[in-house]
Amino acid sequence: MELKYPRSEFLEPGHLACAGCGAALAMRLALKTFDEKTRVVIPASCWSIIAGRHPDATLKLPLIHTPFAVAPSVATGIRAALDRLGQRDVTVLVWAGDGSSYDIGFGSLSAAAERNENIIYVCYDNEAYMNTGIQRSSATPPGAWTTTTPYPALKKERKKDILGALLAHGIPYAATASPSYPQDFLAKFQKAMNIQGFRFILVLAPCPTGWRMDEGKTVEVGRLAVESGVFPLVEVEHGNWKITHEPSWIPIEKYLEIQGRFISMEENERITFKKAIDERWREIRGRT
Amino acid sequence: MRTVLTGAEAVAHAVKLCQPQVVAAYPITPQTHIIEKLAEYVAKGEMKASYIRVESEMSALAVVVGAVAQGVRAFTATSSHGLLFMHEMIHWTAGGRLPVVMAVANRAVGAPWNIWCDQQDMLSQRDTGWMQVFAASAQEAMDLTVMAFRVAEGVFLPAMVGLDGFVLSHTAEPVELVNTQEVEAFLPPLDFPLRLSHHDPFTLWPILEPGLYHRERKDLFKDHARALEGWLQAFQKWEEVTGRCYEPVEGYQLEDATVAFLASGALTGTVRYAVDSLREAGEKVGLVILRLFRPFPYDHLRETMAHLKRVLVLDRAISYGAEGIFSQEVRGALGGLCPIQCCIVSMGGREVTPQVVEDLYYRSTMVSEGVVLWS
Repeated sequence: MELKYPRSEFLEPGHLACAGCGAALAMRLALKTFDEKTRVVIPASCWSIIAGRHPDATLKLPLIHTPFAVAPSVATGIRAALDRLGQRDVTVLVWAGDGSSYDIGFGSLSAAAERNENIIYVCYDNEAYMNTGIQRSSATPPGAWTTTTPYPALKKERKKDILGALLAHGIPYAATASPSYPQDFLAKFQKAMNIQGFRFILVLAPCPTGWRMDEGKTVEVGRLAVESGVFPLVEVEHGNWKITHEPSWIPIEKYLEIQGRFISMEENERITFKKAIDERWREIRGRT
Repeated sequence: MRTVLTGAEAVAHAVKLCQPQVVAAYPITPQTHIIEKLAEYVAKGEMKASYIRVESEMSALAVVVGAVAQGVRAFTATSSHGLLFMHEMIHWTAGGRLPVVMAVANRAVGAPWNIWCDQQDMLSQRDTGWMQVFAASAQEAMDLTVMAFRVAEGVFLPAMVGLDGFVLSHTAEPVELVNTQEVEAFLPPLDFPLRLSHHDPFTLWPILEPGLYHRERKDLFKDHARALEGWLQAFQKWEEVTGRCYEPVEGYQLEDATVAFLASGALTGTVRYAVDSLREAGEKVGLVILRLFRPFPYDHLRETMAHLKRVLVLDRAISYGAEGIFSQEVRGALGGLCPIQCCIVSMGGREVTPQVVEDLYYRSTMVSEGVVLWS
């Protein structure tokens, strides 16, 4: 599989991410598919920090920071203004964490999707409120330790199916992507770029700090998530589902055991975890 | 051209002539007629704008913020709980120095539910860095909306134009229509220097270290003083263009008055009747109309009120545990020049007749300065 994409680097060295940050890796990779005109909209998240403190901007694109819950709405305003100015070729990219996407900004995300705003929305999902110091979000998987789900009160509930929720809006394109699979990742961003309307890409962004793992294993843990079936790589274009990478079905334990956050996981939580994944795959198989 | 319009229609007419490129709309009583009218203008092609039907007031202001940050004029309107739901974006807009103009149909705040007029909504946003003006008629609501765009875009501060819910928003009055030529002569195009650009990419509103943040806040504070100049210039220019005269603070029967009411908004119409009636009874009473609230016109208030022996402030917003918000402000401005009596005249639309105002006047002669009088 040969991919053509610019060798451009819009993310410069010296950003403020933790070592091994999956969200920084994902941004660097994703931006290879965007051009220099792109407007980047970032709500409160780790990326509010990673992008740098004035005057040290590490992202060489026009970037606008927003409060937590409103990035899709600010992006809507920018889109509308650009269209009024005749700059329809300028892409508007929202880059948001799971805290704003799954939780506090879910309302504005849903509204922008329902209006089919012509923007690309990326949720970089590190499965907890990492910027405030690892608190549970509705993206946190069952059995995970966070500072608000300390042992023995580990997260009980299953992870919210945000892809399913967004697809219920009838948006033209939605996909999952992992920076551990750069070709698949870039192909999806390139496809999204050539579709009009609301495009949603869910990126699993491993977080060594919050997942309690070695910072050298970001790419590896991403692969384990995909190969164990925990994070299915799919895309849905105009309602047509496609599995873009078939997992090799390694045991889920391989994914769990290299992360400290799952170290105290008990049997019933393991069952909830696996059951949710089995059901997800049944659903995916049913649609593809 | 003279016609009859509600306050909401008057605001919508003004907005149409100011030609915002983006309108974000979310309904709330009693503001809804403004955005409904704008929807009609856009649907009929009388107004060329993107009209975005958002899911909340928070998003309404966020859309406007995005549009203005991209360099185009934008508008939204709200009221009461809608304004409160925007609160985070209200601060963000002012901190971001975005020249946004927003109409606020002033309405009480729950709980309990109440849809009628007071000023608790807007005055609870006093310390956010927005400019605030209060219209006393549909004509003023129209004129101040156009003027707010000019001032906001001159000093890069957002502005709220307050109009009494129902009393102004839903009541039809004779209005001298602003026309296209007048607005063109009065309002230059928006030039927002910090608009997002790929020619020289930069980051809007990144983390600022404490020293720089402190300096930004100092600029925001100091530019409110420039904004006062901006309003004075706008009033002067408006008079040149339309012949209608405005002041930050105005007087009614003040010249020989020893005691004066201070009020704002449509309430001032009622108070005029009370002043006339009290004067017939031999009382040397007048009225101070507070139109511009932020930036606060300290000098204008002092000049207008220097000769008074006593002031009765008719409040429709309260700082609980203290007193009426206008009372506090006027007390601060006059600095002991004369006694200030706080009168909570109407919360949640409690009816105010001239008789209610006259009763407050007579009751106020029987209590000491610190007592808060309730109608």
